[in-house]
Amino acid sequence: MKGVFAAAWLIARKDFTIEARSREIIATAVFFAVACVLVFSFSLVDEGRAPDNVAAGVLWIGISFAGTLSLARLFERERAHDTLRTLLLAPVERPAVYLGKLLAVVMLMAAVGAVLLPFTGFLFDQAVLGAAPGLAAVILLGIIGYAAVGTLFAAMLGRSRSRDVLLPVLLYPMSVPVLIAGVRATSALLDAAGPDWAAARLWIGVLAAFDVVFLTLALWTFEAVMEE
Amino acid sequence: MNSRLETRGLSRRYGRQRALIDVSLTCNAGEAIALVGPNGAGKSTLLSLLSTLARPTAGEILYDGRSASAWGPSLRGRIGSLGHEVSLYPELSARENLMFFGQLFGTPDVTDRVARALRLSGLESRADSPTGTFSRGMRQRLAIERALLHAPDILLFDEPFTGLDEPAAEALIARLAAARIEGAAIVFSSHDFEHAERVATRVAMLSAGRLTSLGGLDGAGSLRERYRAAPR
Amino acid sequence: MGSIALLVAAAIMFAAAPWMIMRAPQESTMGLIQKIFYFHVPAAFTMFVSAFVSGIAGAVYLVRRSPRAERITAAAGELVVVFGAIVLLTGPIWARKAWGVWWQWDARLTITLVMWLIFVAFLLLRKYGGPGSEPLSAAVALFGMANVPFVYWSVNIWRTVHPTTNVVPSLGPGMREAFWWCVAAYLLLYVALLAARAKLEAQRVALDELHFEIGAD
Repeated sequence: MKGVFAAAWLIARKDFTIEARSREIIATAVFFAVACVLVFSFSLVDEGRAPDNVAAGVLWIGISFAGTLSLARLFERERAHDTLRTLLLAPVERPAVYLGKLLAVVMLMAAVGAVLLPFTGFLFDQAVLGAAPGLAAVILLGIIGYAAVGTLFAAMLGRSRSRDVLLPVLLYPMSVPVLIAGVRATSALLDAAGPDWAAARLWIGVLAAFDVVFLTLALWTFEAVMEE
Repeated sequence: MNSRLETRGLSRRYGRQRALIDVSLTCNAGEAIALVGPNGAGKSTLLSLLSTLARPTAGEILYDGRSASAWGPSLRGRIGSLGHEVSLYPELSARENLMFFGQLFGTPDVTDRVARALRLSGLESRADSPTGTFSRGMRQRLAIERALLHAPDILLFDEPFTGLDEPAAEALIARLAAARIEGAAIVFSSHDFEHAERVATRVAMLSAGRLTSLGGLDGAGSLRERYRAAPR
Repeated sequence: MGSIALLVAAAIMFAAAPWMIMRAPQESTMGLIQKIFYFHVPAAFTMFVSAFVSGIAGAVYLVRRSPRAERITAAAGELVVVFGAIVLLTGPIWARKAWGVWWQWDARLTITLVMWLIFVAFLLLRKYGGPGSEPLSAAVALFGMANVPFVYWSVNIWRTVHPTTNVVPSLGPGMREAFWWCVAAYLLLYVALLAARAKLEAQRVALDELHFEIGAD
């Protein structure tokens, strides 16, 4: 019998293999996120200048929209040929399937984040390089929290009618703390007067706590929720 | 001596709909039960419940005398399941699909077994083509191999003959007979009476969620006749 | 029977409430509008109680698949939306008078709005998700409940304009009776509604069974 992490890694690796061949999700997610950021920029920029502290918000909107898209597409793949069914039949604790998909989603969203961060920094003239490690940590922790809830919901919604519209409807209110903490931490690190590490640490704490609580809840409820 | 598979008063509801009502049957090692009935009779639901993908709303299922929760995830290593959909990744090749599922199911000597499976299914020449390019029949043959790869002793197949041409159907009949001899318990549903009666040792008739009859076969041609004669 | 008695009791309390509220002294700066407080705060309190009831019932349902837990999750979830609507409608009326704006991004308002949205999503899921979305909605209720401290925490660190919790102890003696009377009335109404709704759900299921029995045989 396979261990939970080994099985999760197998599943994630399978998703990476498929994605490497078609590059469909990563391309559409990145492009969509960039388009989002541009649209928001057009609406916010006035007389050639953006209001202060807008970059962080726009970045996180882009990441979360791209995240919802990635989640939907990733699970649509499993649903199209009913492969999720066979994954759940594996002789391993069912949360392994959750972990594998979570890893795949996190990697996809991290790729989007890696593109969006310099892009928004460029557009809004933000000092991204100076606080790069801090920003990377914030984005990663935020992505994990968002994906922890999103993966569970997307997996559960696989069989539901109206699943396309229900995922954002369920996920956005639920991930409000991630978005608030993510934006505030990013904003603190991009502060014109130099990165505000104290504030950033506070918000990183909120993100980490959210990640732990919701990852645990998701792992605990996954089996119960995936059983028909 | 416990039956390999036993259901007691098994019921399953989906909202307003009652898919299964009070179904009790047993299937022992070496037996093959054919589930027969019109669409919506509950055949797929019963197979779903037996493979632990769905939970009953009433009743219980025992595997060698113990419940699924008593066994834990290792029980699924003994189950070989075939659903309505082929459940293969179209972007991956036949070999990659088998290797992935084989490894996930903890199959020992997985590379050798995958090679053997590709040979047995006649798909060796297309082993490295994406399964998305396969015909329905080819995918069905591959799905059957995937279900048998980890040498399960409980086979739960939903319409296994779908899309198979005559040689492939003969091959499947032979595989299932061999599995039976090795002590597997088989429960399968089929609309294909001619082939089904060559696999089955007993027939369970389902109608509107209820088990209306469960008995042995007596001679070729009798399955279709029995089905036609059965009350609805 | 029990729910009817509760409903009658709640009705009596609500009938008496306006008298109690009018008897309470007027707050010096706000005038009459402040009396919305007697509707707004108990409604908010009840809304959060309901969110916890729904979340806990959801957890029980996920573990035990008990139909009773399912009914309570559903009924309590609906009531979060009902009482939340009262809070979100009465709050801005007060806010306009007290602070000059309809809305402020502070902890309490934001968490109320977010909780309300989570449970509106809960209802949408139950309505449009098709059969078999009960375990899913139970998880949503559970996650919503777990989210309460996080939303509160994050918005609290962010902004605070809302009157702080000491509003209750600092109420003048005449006000305190009216306030607690209204809280009791709301909670009584809540329990009555919850019981009635859960019972309605049980009857709906029983009707389905009957409908099926008759149809099949």
